[in-house]
Amino acid sequence: MQKKKYERPSIKKIESDMPNKFGMRSEYQPMTHIDGVAVKDIIKNYGSPVFVISEKTIRKTFKDAMRAFTTRYPKVQYAWSYKTNYLSAVCNVFHQEGSWAEVVSRFEYDKAIGNGVPANKIIFNGPDKTRKDLEKAIKNQSLIHIDHLDEYYTILEIAEMTNIRPQVAIRVNMDTGIYPMWDRFGFNYENGQAWDALNKIMMSKKMDLVGLHCHIGTYMMTAEPYGVAAAKLADLAVGLQQKYNHYIKYIDMGGGFASKNTLKGAFLPGSDTNPSFDDYAEKITSAIINSNISPEHIPFLFLESGRAMIDDAGYLIGTVIANKRSSTGKRTTILNIGVNILFTSFWYQHKITPAQEFTHHTENTMIYGPLCMNIDVIRENVELPLLNAGDNVVIHQVGAYNMTQWMQFITLRPYVVMVSEKAEISVIRKGETMSSISDYEVIPQHLKDFKL
Amino acid sequence: MKINKNIAISDSGFLLNPATGESFSLNSMGIKVLKLMNEGKDYLEIEKLITNEFDVSNSTFDKDYNDFIGLLQQNHLVETESTKA
Repeated sequence: MQKKKYERPSIKKIESDMPNKFGMRSEYQPMTHIDGVAVKDIIKNYGSPVFVISEKTIRKTFKDAMRAFTTRYPKVQYAWSYKTNYLSAVCNVFHQEGSWAEVVSRFEYDKAIGNGVPANKIIFNGPDKTRKDLEKAIKNQSLIHIDHLDEYYTILEIAEMTNIRPQVAIRVNMDTGIYPMWDRFGFNYENGQAWDALNKIMMSKKMDLVGLHCHIGTYMMTAEPYGVAAAKLADLAVGLQQKYNHYIKYIDMGGGFASKNTLKGAFLPGSDTNPSFDDYAEKITSAIINSNISPEHIPFLFLESGRAMIDDAGYLIGTVIANKRSSTGKRTTILNIGVNILFTSFWYQHKITPAQEFTHHTENTMIYGPLCMNIDVIRENVELPLLNAGDNVVIHQVGAYNMTQWMQFITLRPYVVMVSEKAEISVIRKGETMSSISDYEVIPQHLKDFKL
Repeated sequence: MKINKNIAISDSGFLLNPATGESFSLNSMGIKVLKLMNEGKDYLEIEKLITNEFDVSNSTFDKDYNDFIGLLQQNHLVETESTKA
């Protein structure tokens, strides 16, 4: 006779005098499948923990974002932010949807080239572009967004030596009413740095000023500052038109759109409070269209949003290692997922769903990772069903930054698989092995032997 | 070990401690274990009954039982030497 399903005995005090400050239970259904593929099968084939990327969700999110902008503005071009997730399979889904590439290092630049992105459809951002990087980007006619005057003068020297006209834009930082104001990248709008850089470029006559770029912040929880930023870039574009009779080809609003994740300390879920693509699109496109830019020369609108495009498509499956109680009696659960692979748990309250059936009983739980480090905390307070050792969980919205900022620390990094729209699984990054690490180490001859 | 005599438990898992006015909710396994304890069964008897009926190993149940008893003690719901008449 088959035995009944076991749930550990639980008792929970009923608090009738004040609401639970950690929020209500949010999990009502187990997540047994991701896009039609059984979580248990994924673990069986690729182990636990394992990252899962939903191709269907990437494509849907991209289409949602494009719809929000193209229904409001005639010329829109997305560029995939490589630093957000540069697994080639992920990049190529965006490229198949029409995204160009936005890179911030030679490594990312070469990765985009390797993925087959035409060099003139690569936007090269960031403060760290070496002379060799710039020589290559100029020769390839990539779009170089100048961050500082040292970079400008290097570009000018290369242009003079090669007689190739670099395709450049400047990054502009500005006061959009938010705190902190990002002023470490690019040239400031308010104090005249931006105009100084534009004048230098225009008067040099050695390079083509093709665009204006800004990236006002990250995880922007209100859309209004984008309207301010777009208006200021449009003002620069109008000034170029009036002063030099020069029309830029594009305004690049960068990224920073918030995903639906919930920041630590937030009272309400990000899905309820964060702006939608439509909110961002309305502010940006209204500001450009309502500016004095000549309608016959309306520039392309470039967007480099990363986080909001990929976060929802990423899942991280893991396993309960053990349950404990803290010295105060609080339930603590140890997962085999640590901050080394879930870097975003430092700032998000990630949604966690059991991958098997559970009852309505819950317990306020602290979720630890497996690392022998006190900082390895995935959730400080989460109202979770009663989990047993060996149970599986799915952590949601992990697509952004985790697969680029993860650390090889204490343990090896796991497999990353992608579920296609036809519910087929493909490995898009193999799980690391000992040789992934040791192959790069060299032991000096005199340290090879020892006796204990 | 027995739960305090004046504590009331409903079939749905609502537990009231009239001495403190505190109330608690139990899951079905919690109700089952408390009822077995009230019947005077010791740990070994409870373990045998539960592991025979449910898909759980002795070691897992042992760990969960001790955790459960710890919570009962923490909430002053079981008789201890000091509370026995």
